[in-house]
Amino acid sequence: MSARTEEEQAVAVPMEHAAAASAEPAAPAERTDQTPQAAEADTAQHAESGMRGVQTLSMAKAITAGLREAMRADDKVLLMGEDIGPLGGVFRVTEGLSAEFGDRRVLDTPLAESGIVGTAIGLAMRGYRPVVEIQFDGFIFPAFDQITTQLARLTVRHDGTISMPVVIRVPYGGHIGSIEHHQESPEAYFAHTPGLRVVSPSSPHDAYWMIQEAIASNDPVLFFEPKSRYWPKGPVDQDHSGVPLHASRVIRQGMDVTVVGHGAMISTLLQAADIAAEEGTSLEVVDLRSLSPIDYGPLLDSVQRTGRLIVAQEAYGFVSVGSEIAATVAERAFYSLEAPVLRVSAFDTPFPPAALETEYLPSPDRVLEAVDRALAY
Amino acid sequence: MPARERDFTAPTVQLLNPAGELRPTAEAEPYLPLVEALPDTTLEQFYRDMTISRRLDIAGANLQRQGQLALWVPSHGQEAAQVGSARAARAQDHIFPSYREHIVGMIRGLDPVNILSLLRGATLGGWNPAENGNFHLYTLVLASQTLHATGYAMGIQFDGLVGTGDAERDAAVLVYYGDGSTSQGDANEALVFASSYQTPQVFFIQNNQWAISVPVSRQSRSPLSLRGGGFGMPGVRIDGNDVLVSYAVTRQSLEEARSGAGPSLIEAVTYRMGAHTTADDPTKYRTDAEVAYWAERDPITRYRTWLEGRGASAAFFDEVDAEAADVAADVRRRALSLPAPTREKIFAHVYSEPHPLMVEEHAWLEAYESGFEGGAA
Repeated sequence: MSARTEEEQAVAVPMEHAAAASAEPAAPAERTDQTPQAAEADTAQHAESGMRGVQTLSMAKAITAGLREAMRADDKVLLMGEDIGPLGGVFRVTEGLSAEFGDRRVLDTPLAESGIVGTAIGLAMRGYRPVVEIQFDGFIFPAFDQITTQLARLTVRHDGTISMPVVIRVPYGGHIGSIEHHQESPEAYFAHTPGLRVVSPSSPHDAYWMIQEAIASNDPVLFFEPKSRYWPKGPVDQDHSGVPLHASRVIRQGMDVTVVGHGAMISTLLQAADIAAEEGTSLEVVDLRSLSPIDYGPLLDSVQRTGRLIVAQEAYGFVSVGSEIAATVAERAFYSLEAPVLRVSAFDTPFPPAALETEYLPSPDRVLEAVDRALAY
Repeated sequence: MPARERDFTAPTVQLLNPAGELRPTAEAEPYLPLVEALPDTTLEQFYRDMTISRRLDIAGANLQRQGQLALWVPSHGQEAAQVGSARAARAQDHIFPSYREHIVGMIRGLDPVNILSLLRGATLGGWNPAENGNFHLYTLVLASQTLHATGYAMGIQFDGLVGTGDAERDAAVLVYYGDGSTSQGDANEALVFASSYQTPQVFFIQNNQWAISVPVSRQSRSPLSLRGGGFGMPGVRIDGNDVLVSYAVTRQSLEEARSGAGPSLIEAVTYRMGAHTTADDPTKYRTDAEVAYWAERDPITRYRTWLEGRGASAAFFDEVDAEAADVAADVRRRALSLPAPTREKIFAHVYSEPHPLMVEEHAWLEAYESGFEGGAA
């Protein structure tokens, strides 16, 4: 297989043609992504023109940069969480922000997730825009009550006279070999809850822009950060976001089968597409980006062309976001489908000991197995 | 080593005894000047408030029995705790109620019809706190509001409105909850956060002895006021059926909070004379003797005795009774003519910003309903 470099996978650019951003050499459309070297040269050019240019950043640092931009732009933006102050968070995403903005803007809170979200709600009522960091996916559940019974409903309970601009950042997902409760994908619980918005970036560029757009949103946003993608670097165009927060987009064009996912799964899908290309099968990759609401436009367009759809996710398959997509596409693209929509998910078991995670999580080969099944119809 | 002591006690601060005599307990002496400074009009207002509250209680229960409300939440017996504390707050203070503090809302300027609208199933919230004396919405998930109050108080502090010395600007938060709610994690996390950030805040526990059918002894083996010290803030146990001490201790606590001295906790020992709600049957879990014991400690009777001793005229009491009857009749009349909500209300304000699913589902419902127009549906 031709594994991509991490830089190549991070597709992120001003996108006049959303479909043109693939780093796949065989992609038919014009390519607008850049190598890191090109990106640096670009930055120098932009500095002269007053533009900020393209920087090469890891996703973690892209989020740091996005948080910094949001905090500079609006002094009502506050960060709240455990160990996010001088330490910079366990993933160092808030590194340096405490030094720049002080402990009134970057709050190292007591160790209580419901308390963090509950007080963030009160601060939002007062006109602040809190950005909460949940340390690990599996630790969001003490805050589940405040998120679902309070945060999600307070705007409607106030007849729209107040809004709840609270962002909850959640490092989520596997591939990091960690212990129990540190590799979960709990996004479906929140996508299921009316009143919340749920998004998940797959690249440093998207992470940089989406965190700022989530903070600017007047609705509560659950921001799922694929922690296995924190470290690979990619270009971040600091002048153009590309598409709005809740837009999905085709990130690699193909003709035979559409594959869709979000977050870390995008990396898996691009690897699968590379392998498939070698075998003569052309996969179109759609990055969902937003899990609530879901932007079905690009996905349905794609399915109308390919007639086949694979939905891939790290989450359990039963009653999942993937299930929702499968049902909706079956309803709306019934006559375009040449095969049933197939799901590739984690198994419906607790996340196993990490030594088994490569067999548990969907891999490029598991995606391709589903592709083969879809093509067999 | 002998078994260690497990009996915990706290003195009950009381100014007005059940016989209606102003005989401050030792711990109450420091609070006496706050009451002595009150003009007759304020003292009379306390009586008026308590009388209206009790009269409204009868109207609310009747409306429920007549099928006009889904539920009524009685406050009979708790009038002194509620009126004294509410009258201690300043206009700029914020009040986070539980769901039984109807008279507190009225004191802050809320039209009680808004509460009936909520209990009638016509709204989820019912009022805008900013236009109703900073009286926030009722919260039905127990103790959730304690964290919102704490976050709000953090916001007041971050806004620099604590300890400026300007009595018209410095603000505090008063949050109500009950003995049952003290067992919730959120109530305890709120005390942690309040103490940690030294919020301008008063926690007001109405210990009415029963959490629906479970006695307070199931919630706590020690006086709830001792919870304050455990979290690093003053905790005072007061006779919750003494409107004067409720006023004085809350007044002192709020002034300390506004001045920057930090949060504190009050346990008002009172009794819910009626049912938890109209859906409850208290004869199944408590004795007539217990109810009779508390009837002798009635907050309104003792206060009336004291006012009479100070020379309040029969005409005053007649006038208040007539006013209370008028308020109740007016609320009843207007509750009966409350408009039913229209179906737009299902979708409006679930989000602050446009959301495709709301648009789509609302359009579907309109089309569906319009199919019945003029038909036999």
